[in-house]
Amino acid sequence: MEVPFGGFRGNLSKRIIPCLDVKDGRTVKGINFVDLRDAGDPVELAWQYSQQGADELVFLDITATHEKRKTTIEMVKSVARQINIPFTIGGGISELKDAEALLNAGADKISINSAAVRNPQLINDLAKAFGVQFVVLAVDTKHLETGDFVHLNGGRIATELQTQHWIKEAESRGAGEILLTSMDKDGTKSGFDNLLLKQINDMVSIPVIASGGAGSAQDFVDVFQKTNVDAALAASVFHYGEILIPELKQLLKNNHIEIRI
Amino acid sequence: MIGIVNYGAGNIFSLTAALERLNLSYGMINTETDFDLYDRIIIPGVGHAGTAMQKLRDTGLVSKIKSLTKPVLGICVGMQLLTNYSEEGNSLMLEIIPVQTLRFEEEICKKVPHMGWNQIYPNKDCPLFKNILPASYFYFVHSYFIEFNSKFTSAYCNYGIKFSASIQKNNFYGVQFHPEKSGEAGEMLLKNFAHL
Repeated sequence: MEVPFGGFRGNLSKRIIPCLDVKDGRTVKGINFVDLRDAGDPVELAWQYSQQGADELVFLDITATHEKRKTTIEMVKSVARQINIPFTIGGGISELKDAEALLNAGADKISINSAAVRNPQLINDLAKAFGVQFVVLAVDTKHLETGDFVHLNGGRIATELQTQHWIKEAESRGAGEILLTSMDKDGTKSGFDNLLLKQINDMVSIPVIASGGAGSAQDFVDVFQKTNVDAALAASVFHYGEILIPELKQLLKNNHIEIRI
Repeated sequence: MIGIVNYGAGNIFSLTAALERLNLSYGMINTETDFDLYDRIIIPGVGHAGTAMQKLRDTGLVSKIKSLTKPVLGICVGMQLLTNYSEEGNSLMLEIIPVQTLRFEEEICKKVPHMGWNQIYPNKDCPLFKNILPASYFYFVHSYFIEFNSKFTSAYCNYGIKFSASIQKNNFYGVQFHPEKSGEAGEMLLKNFAHL
């Protein structure tokens, strides 16, 4: 039996990560599980996903105002009380005290994006205060004629930061994991950006989460066969039930990809 | 009832939440006399092992911990504290279980920290793993590991090298993974510890 990239990983499983958008402590975007009592309740959704075999969850907080972010803390506490798998929370974290509040509420990791671009020292400070394992750097990248560049605000604002350079810098500053979203692929359902993911993954020695472009279960097989990324993240294909996690994991296992079932 | 040693090394919200889900009652240990209130002791721990050890020393509870005869469970860095020495901060630990805490070499393991779900292989006779199948997955997050030891390793795991997923000496148990984040298998382990 051929084991892809076997050996040094031991039996470390590839991770499947559903991503939930939350606003004012409620999940947004349509979620289409059959037996949901409350599609807006992040705790119930998180529980459903953990029962289906999700390995980890990411909550992306899109709460607009600072005052309302208290609801996010309450949500994180409720999730931590009831869910027995790890989860990350991202969105709006720009200071140490934001991160500390989330840690104390039970979040396993936080992800930072534009705040780190504006103030790269934030990565060092977070890693020093809470450990590298707590700090996920989220990078939204777009391919331009002159290379791959970091974008902010969901891809709307281009920066002059070259994606590969930024990721290397973030790793040296203490990022513990990279969540790489290809804005070229995001929403297209045409598969992950395997070329870029392979290039980035081979460049760093911290875990990489692939994001953007998942449309079918085969796309997950492809990303794990063509690259050595550690995890793959998706939102709508899971929320709408287009891909069921137990079936996805069985397919991965059938393809000899190390996966927790 | 479980007592959690409260020495300020990392967040314990997820641990106490897991104990609550399992209806296992617990309290915090801040002083030497607090140990008398509990029949099971957990030493949690996240972050830097050297710093954690210093914090534990600052509580003045070290000699009491070393003299305990009740079941003690160290989790993650709490497990590493039970060993003789850690390469993290080049620090002496509690010297309860004579093994070493070493750093994963990137050349061998490729990615550090070792983060995610990995399979563990427990000794048949270790009561902590009762009703837990061999090759069950547990959730790990760590950059330092405890070497495999044929005498004290009670479950092993592979990540580039074979290392201790759990260790045991007499009433002292340590687990490198996070049972509070390891789904149903992790909850079973906490229950087993509560009923040792």
